[in-house]
Order: sequence, then structure tokens, then C-alpha cells
Amino acid sequence: MSESSHYAPGTHPDLPPPARTTGMVGWVRGNLLSSPLNVALTLLSIWLLWSILPPAIHWLFTEAVWTAKDRKECWALMDAPRDAACWAFIRGSFELFVYGWFPEPERWRVNLTFILFIAAIFGGLRENIPGKKYWLIFAAAYPFIAAWLLLGGFGLEPVGTNKLGGILLTLVVAVTGIAFSLPIGIALALGRRSKLPALRGVCVIFIEFIRGVPLITLLFVASTMLTYFLPPGSTFDLLMRVLIMVTLFASAYIAEVVRGGLQGLSAGQYEAADSLGLSYWRAHQLVILPQALKISIPGIVNTFIGSFKDSVLVLIIGMMDILGLGRARLNDPDWLGLAPELYIFISLFFFISCFSMSRYSLSLEKKLHTGH
Amino acid sequence: MRQKTTAVLSAAALVLGMAGTAQAGTLEDVQSRGVLRCVVSTGIAGFAQPDASGVWGGFDIDFCRATAAAVLGDAGKIEAVTSTGKTRFTKLNAGEGDVLWRNTTITFSRDVGVKLRFHGVNYYDGQGFMVKKSLGVSSASELDGASVCIQTGTTTELNLADYFSSNGMKYEPVTIETNDEARQNYEGDRCDVYTTDASGLASTRSALPDPDAHMVLPEIISKEPLGPATRHGDDQWSDIVTWVLNATITAEELGVTSSNVDEMKGSNNPEVRRLLGVDGSQGSELGLSNDWAYQIIKQVGNYGEIFERNIGVNTPLGIARGLNALWTDGGLIYSPPFR
Repeated sequence: MSESSHYAPGTHPDLPPPARTTGMVGWVRGNLLSSPLNVALTLLSIWLLWSILPPAIHWLFTEAVWTAKDRKECWALMDAPRDAACWAFIRGSFELFVYGWFPEPERWRVNLTFILFIAAIFGGLRENIPGKKYWLIFAAAYPFIAAWLLLGGFGLEPVGTNKLGGILLTLVVAVTGIAFSLPIGIALALGRRSKLPALRGVCVIFIEFIRGVPLITLLFVASTMLTYFLPPGSTFDLLMRVLIMVTLFASAYIAEVVRGGLQGLSAGQYEAADSLGLSYWRAHQLVILPQALKISIPGIVNTFIGSFKDSVLVLIIGMMDILGLGRARLNDPDWLGLAPELYIFISLFFFISCFSMSRYSLSLEKKLHTGH
Repeated sequence: MRQKTTAVLSAAALVLGMAGTAQAGTLEDVQSRGVLRCVVSTGIAGFAQPDASGVWGGFDIDFCRATAAAVLGDAGKIEAVTSTGKTRFTKLNAGEGDVLWRNTTITFSRDVGVKLRFHGVNYYDGQGFMVKKSLGVSSASELDGASVCIQTGTTTELNLADYFSSNGMKYEPVTIETNDEARQNYEGDRCDVYTTDASGLASTRSALPDPDAHMVLPEIISKEPLGPATRHGDDQWSDIVTWVLNATITAEELGVTSSNVDEMKGSNNPEVRRLLGVDGSQGSELGLSNDWAYQIIKQVGNYGEIFERNIGVNTPLGIARGLNALWTDGGLIYSPPFR
């Protein structure tokens, strides 16, 4: 006789699921050992981790040297030269890598710029935050506040753009490109779908021209060709030229991503907006763009991450971004031969930046996912 | 209509006029700016590299500082305009820099085609070979059949092919892109020989875990005379750069160093007295103050001091003077006299 017979139908208490399908054991059985192939792959992965991880941890952490005055001393502290990472090299130049040549007493301005950057992003993109309107105004004004803080003038000590370097320069190039390319890109996308032939023509030519030319070429134009068109002696700041080119380049790509979003909307949305009697601008502001931008988010963030990484190309025209400055530091006679340490450090920086961008875009997509 | 044309013409004339003045008086530009802008490399070990706090140093940088000492009286007033091999000449010609001190080989096409003025040689480089001592090779003529690490798309590739075929030898090229990559391949025994300019070999060798197990072979198979350059069209400025280099060489020849330069002012040697501005008016003829060379030597040093400080045998690079010894010591470094 089973116990169930003591219960009236529908009153049997819930029993815990079988022990083999829950908790640690269940997870392992379900994910790692569900089939002979998976068992083999699991064993292979464990073997790979076991043979890679201990030496990696040994090289990266346990044996690594954090304080030394040059490479010789660093290598002397190890069992054998090059047996472990010499982080002393990165540690010693860390401030240079972060701030470049920004004058030391003024570095609080860089820190403040960075803090405001975080504030602008979170304030500008968060939905339920009190005073949302002011946050948005602040976010829109941020690029100009940042430019003032970094370059000075109006009461602050002026700092030349040639003093920017390292991570600071990378962020300036990348964030400027990202911040200005979105509005320009949206405008170009709308222009390309405009019914005015002249406007449409200009936008199409611009987008296709920029997309048809590699960024490297544009940077070379910025660094060498433009100076031939300007009268000698009149210096149009190199960083400014580069920023314009990077922004134009990113805008052309954003324009095509947004156009994809605009075309992805069903014609009914446009007709519905028209039938409500909305003007062109009101229709786009209230109906079209909110939906089109939402479905373009993955593509937009993709372009942002791409332009962030493309920013290292400025080293080819001799600008000292984090990669250019790092490679210059590799030539210090006291620290020759520490390329692996440098490149691991730089990859870590790019990984953290790009990974957080992509995670943020995922959460944004989830939040805006209203479904159809 | 006519008025419009006149306005356009005068605007154009104004622009051209600006161009003219900006180009002619580099010396005035530098002095009124108070900073000398040198076009330098983005990093070549021993020649130009930033230290941990970002201050540029190196062989080329010291010559830039010497120029600043002569022109502005202060070796510290320099600005490094970093440039890659591809952008260096346009940066100079577009006026973004005043003078180029950047490991630049003097060639016909650069002098004539790119329209530069070269002002003598501050470093005689040339392509050489590095091998492991355990290979038991003492001359490049014994390298038949060796695998050679070589940077692609450079003149070194052509020089190597010429050298091996003219000596009836064969080699197996292992192509690489950068110095660091070359070192990894060479260390990993993927090539027996690494070939590039001798100064580059020295820095690669010094970065190896055991530099003494490797040697640079005596053969140098190409001519790479490195020197400073300026734009066409400013003869006074060209003269200044030429004689800054010559002053450092002459000072070494005459035994004037940064430590004894003050005593040497009392020397009886007329050339020393002219060099240091005690007698004569050579400084004002160049448009500089009369103690210009004194400032160079006092603040930066003579040629030998600059060499030994940055790339000499007591530095990690450990480059011997070789061809870069004074002509009196069997090298090629030679300056016209100061008279």
C-alpha cells in the first residue's frame, strides 16, 4: 500500500525533486556528464585546465616580481630569467600609462573628468532616477565639460593636447568618437531615408565614401594631407583632426545600423503615426525612433566596441595612446624585453572596457524588451 | 565684382605671406616660442624612449637637447614630436617640428626627392648579424644554409639576399614583423641568425636572458648613415643644426667635456677659444649668443659623452664606438674645423 492513499486527491504535499537532479550533483550530471561525448569533453577540459592553469598562475602571480628597479634585478629575483612576470615594469610606469604627460598638479582634473563620466553614463541611461531631465542635460553637456576640464582655459591652467597620452588619450579618442557619432549617425540615417533628393544624395555619398575607406587612410589624411591644404605655420591641432576623422568614421557605421533599425519597423508604425496627424519630427520623436533605436542596440554597441578598439590605430600616426606609449616604454634600455607583461596589461584594460560595454548593452536590451 | 576679386587676391596674398614668413625664420619662431620641437621616433632603444615618468631620453634626444641649448640657452626646453617612420618627413615639412633627430638614414631620394636638408652623420649604422656563440660561427661567410630571422618589406631583406647570393650561399628566411617578435623567434631557436641594423641587434641582444651567449658578427653589409634633417629654404637654421652637431664632435676632439668646459675657457688653444666663444664672433654670425657651443657642452656634453651615456659599452645596450669613433681613433666621426 503506498502512502499516497492516505491523502485526498489534490492534497498531497509537494515532495522535493529527486536528489540526483538538483544541487551540485544535478548540475554536474546535466551539464558535464549528460552523454558519452560530454563526458569525454569534460575530461579533456579538466586536463587542459590542469596543464595550463598552474603554470599560468605561477607565471602571473606566485612567482611574479612586483618591485624592482630594472629588468636585471627583476630577473635575478626569479629562479631563471623570464620564468615569471615582471610586473615591476608596469607598476613603475603605471601613472604614465594612465595620465600620459598630463601635469602632475593638475591630475585631479583627469580624475574628476572620469568620475563625471561614470555619473553621466549612469544618470543619463537610468530610467527611474529622480530629476531625470537634469541628468539628461548633464549627460549632453558632459563632452564639453570634459573638454574644459582636460584642456583648461576659463580659469583652469591650460594643458596642450600633446600632454594627453596613455589610457587618457585612448579614452578621449574613443569616448569622443562614441558620443558624437550617435547623434550624427542618426541624422545621417534619417537623411538617407529623406524624400528630398539633394539631402538624400549628400548623406548617401558621405556614408558610402567613409565606409569605403579604411580608418587608417582617414587618419593618414588627418595627420599628413590636411597639413598641405592649410597654410604652413598655422597649426590645426593634430588631436582635433584625429577626433574629427574618428567621429566621422564611426558616424557612417552608426548611420547604417540605425537605418537597419528604421527599416526593421513595420510600415504600419509609420502609417499609424501619420494617421494621428503627427508631424515628421513628432512622429520620429514619439513613435519611430524609440522603437528603431531599441532594435538597433546590439548593432550600435557593436559599433561602439569596434570604434573603442579602433582607437589604437592612432599609434600609426605617432600618437601616444596606451598601446603607442606602452611600446615606447618597451624601448627603455633598463626594461628591454618585457613585451608579454605590457601586452597582457593592455589586453586586460581593453577586455574590462569592452566587456563592461557589452554587459551593459545586454542589460539595457532586457530592460527595454517590451515584445511585440 | 572687381572688388570681390581684389579681396580674394589679397586674402590669398595674406595666406601666402604668412606662409613665407613662417618658413623663413625658424630660428625666430623657436626663440619666440621658447621651445624647440624635435621630430623624434616613437621609441628606439637607446636613441629615443620615455622613462617611467614620461621624460624623453636617448642619443637622438640628447642631440635635440644640444640644439635647444644652443638656440635657447636651455637644454630642457624641448618638445618631442613623436612620429613613425611613415609620418616623420611630412611632420617636418608641414612645420609641426623644427628639426628631425630621428634615426634617419641619409639617402639620395630623401635628400632630393623629399626635399630635406641633411647636416652630417651623428651615427654610422649598418646591417649586421647576431648568432648564438654555441653555433661556433665567427664570420658571416660561414652562414651557408642558416635560417635567418628578417623583417619583411625592409631594405634589410634586399641587402640580405644580395649578400648571400654574391657570396654563393643559401639561407632560409624566417619573416617577422617587429624586433620583439624577432627576439621571441630567435630565443625559441626558430632561426639561427637574426639580422637587422647593428644598433637594433645590440638592443635585442641586451634583452636576452643571457646576452653573453650571443655575439654580433663583425661583418656589416650595408651603409646606414643616420643624421639630422631640416626643411628646404631656411639656410640659417640649416647652418645652426650643422654646427651644433659639429660642435659636439669638435669638443670631443679637443678634449672639452661637460666637466672641464669651464677650465677650458682659459685654454691657449685658439680653436678651443673660438669654439667656446671666448674669442671671435662665431655665435653671432650664426644668429646665436656667443656662448652657444659652451652651453651645448656644459648642459649636454660632447659627442663621446652623449654616446657613452645612452648607448655606450657601460649601458645595457653596450655598443662599442666602432665606426663611430673619432677619425683620430680609426672611426669616421669627423668635423670641419671651427675657424
